[in-house]
Amino acid sequence: MPLSDEKLNELKLVCKDLRKSILKMAHAANSGHPGGSLSATEILTVLYFAIMKYDPHNPNWHERDRLVISKGHATPLVYSILAKAGYYKGDDLLTFRRLGSPYQGHIDRLKAPGIEASTGSLGHGSSLAVGMALGSRLDKLNNRVYLLNSDGELQEGSTWEAIMSASHYRLGNLTAIVDRNRIQLDGWTEETMTLEPINKKYEAFGWHVQEIDGHDMNQIYNAILKTHEIGIKEHKPCVIIAHTVKGKGVSFMEDEVKWHGVAPNDEELAKALAEVEKE
Amino acid sequence: MGATVTEKKEMIATRVAYGKTLAELGKENLNIVVLDADLSGSTQTKFFAKEFPDRFFNMGIAEQNMIGVAAGLASTGKIPFASSFAMFATGRAWEIVRNSVCHNMFNVKICATHAGLTVGEDGGSHQIIEDIAIMRTIPNMTVIVPADATEAKLATRAIAEYFGPVYMRLGRSNVPVLFDEKDYEFKIGKAHVIKPGIDVSIFAYGVMVSRALWAQEILKSEGISAEVVNVSTIKPLDKNTILSSIKKTGCAVTCEEHNIHGGLGDAIGALMSEENPAPLKRIAIQDQFGQSGKADELLIHYGLTKENIALAAKEAIKKKMK
Repeated sequence: MPLSDEKLNELKLVCKDLRKSILKMAHAANSGHPGGSLSATEILTVLYFAIMKYDPHNPNWHERDRLVISKGHATPLVYSILAKAGYYKGDDLLTFRRLGSPYQGHIDRLKAPGIEASTGSLGHGSSLAVGMALGSRLDKLNNRVYLLNSDGELQEGSTWEAIMSASHYRLGNLTAIVDRNRIQLDGWTEETMTLEPINKKYEAFGWHVQEIDGHDMNQIYNAILKTHEIGIKEHKPCVIIAHTVKGKGVSFMEDEVKWHGVAPNDEELAKALAEVEKE
Repeated sequence: MGATVTEKKEMIATRVAYGKTLAELGKENLNIVVLDADLSGSTQTKFFAKEFPDRFFNMGIAEQNMIGVAAGLASTGKIPFASSFAMFATGRAWEIVRNSVCHNMFNVKICATHAGLTVGEDGGSHQIIEDIAIMRTIPNMTVIVPADATEAKLATRAIAEYFGPVYMRLGRSNVPVLFDEKDYEFKIGKAHVIKPGIDVSIFAYGVMVSRALWAQEILKSEGISAEVVNVSTIKPLDKNTILSSIKKTGCAVTCEEHNIHGGLGDAIGALMSEENPAPLKRIAIQDQFGQSGKADELLIHYGLTKENIALAAKEAIKKKMK
């Protein structure tokens, strides 16, 4: 079932706001990771505003859905969306990466609410999510655990240890989404260290695999709903390989390796904001 | 309530006491879950696994994932005990312990067995002599090494009650039972003077506590009064007990089944330098890897003996006199 036009338009406006916030935060910090935040914007927007059950006034609500952001460098996006979801006002988001700010360079659960796990070191989130899925199942909770992976971190061996254990323990309550933006710090993933065929690798590890356009929110929404169905029926962990564009929404950032970890200057910010506004 | 050394001649490995206590705790606290990495028969988590299969997770030979999964379980309110050989639980998984557990302040208990030279025949690849150093340097981490089966049992119960990351080091080999549960109190962060003395303070943990006691007897026969302190919590260090002992005796010997770098000797040495400078001798492994052999043979080969402790005590006393 597609999202209603009204809902879709609402979500598109959220994405526009998030992109502006991401750019402003990176600009203000004069560092940070705009590229991988812009690529995952639609994925997190659908999760937070069309899928997940959570209570920003009670972040530790035991039956909440849990989201592990394994690409912990996507901070401008995560901190912006948590403000939009109501965990905090966010009028101080531009203190991002400054001394004493709750908005750390990589997400920190002890400094801002709404973050399930502090990450940043790649290859950690998948194990954390497996643990959360096991814990939720022990408590017979009717919730789900979501996991946002970067594509680059599929080069970490620990990620595959976790992937192996998720299917061994038949974690049907786990949905992973890979932000397949094809770029890592040093360049294209396939030039740095070949990842493909990602889908066959997950299949061989016992996961259910879908591939989608990671900027099409109807596709994201339906793919996630499908993982709920498969999870319950087949007791299999599910992955969605979301094909995305690094730097999405800003023409001069799109598919440019440089924008993995560089902030826009004043002029670039103005240009980028104008482009996002027009979109 | 303090710590009286018993005269029991029983020998039990600390890992055995851990495994049995864990199975008892499983009945009492339904939030306790246990993870292992294909070594449950050796780490003794097999007892828990047998009684509580739903709360036991064998993670296979994948220690990084085991620690990360434990952190995730802790985030849902479980109290995970993760066990493997100390080499792998601390060494292989160090960065996961640091970031997924300690940086997150998740309530994970890493209870690792087969630490130090007393692994024995498995040899240098398995004899971790760096674990205390690499665990105690992580913020939020508590580091505990029980000296005998009684302390291992009490410590296992204490860390289940405590909220926060803990590393507990356990041994493979049988060690003398030193303490009687009836009059031994274990408290995280509390060192125990187990033999009072006035000439020299001997600080030890783990398997070296019994050797320190034997050294105390040698010294006693030579008219030297040594104080033996069981420092079973390496971090946080019981500064009060340690400093008041040194203030009384004026010199110290540390004994550990660990590399000379980064262990208790360094911790106490730094504390003394800052608070109460006094002569110090460190009995430890002299920055070299272990090898195959019987546990007792290895301790002797690498100089971790009662004779060497007694000798070091006399040297420390001599320096004090100058």
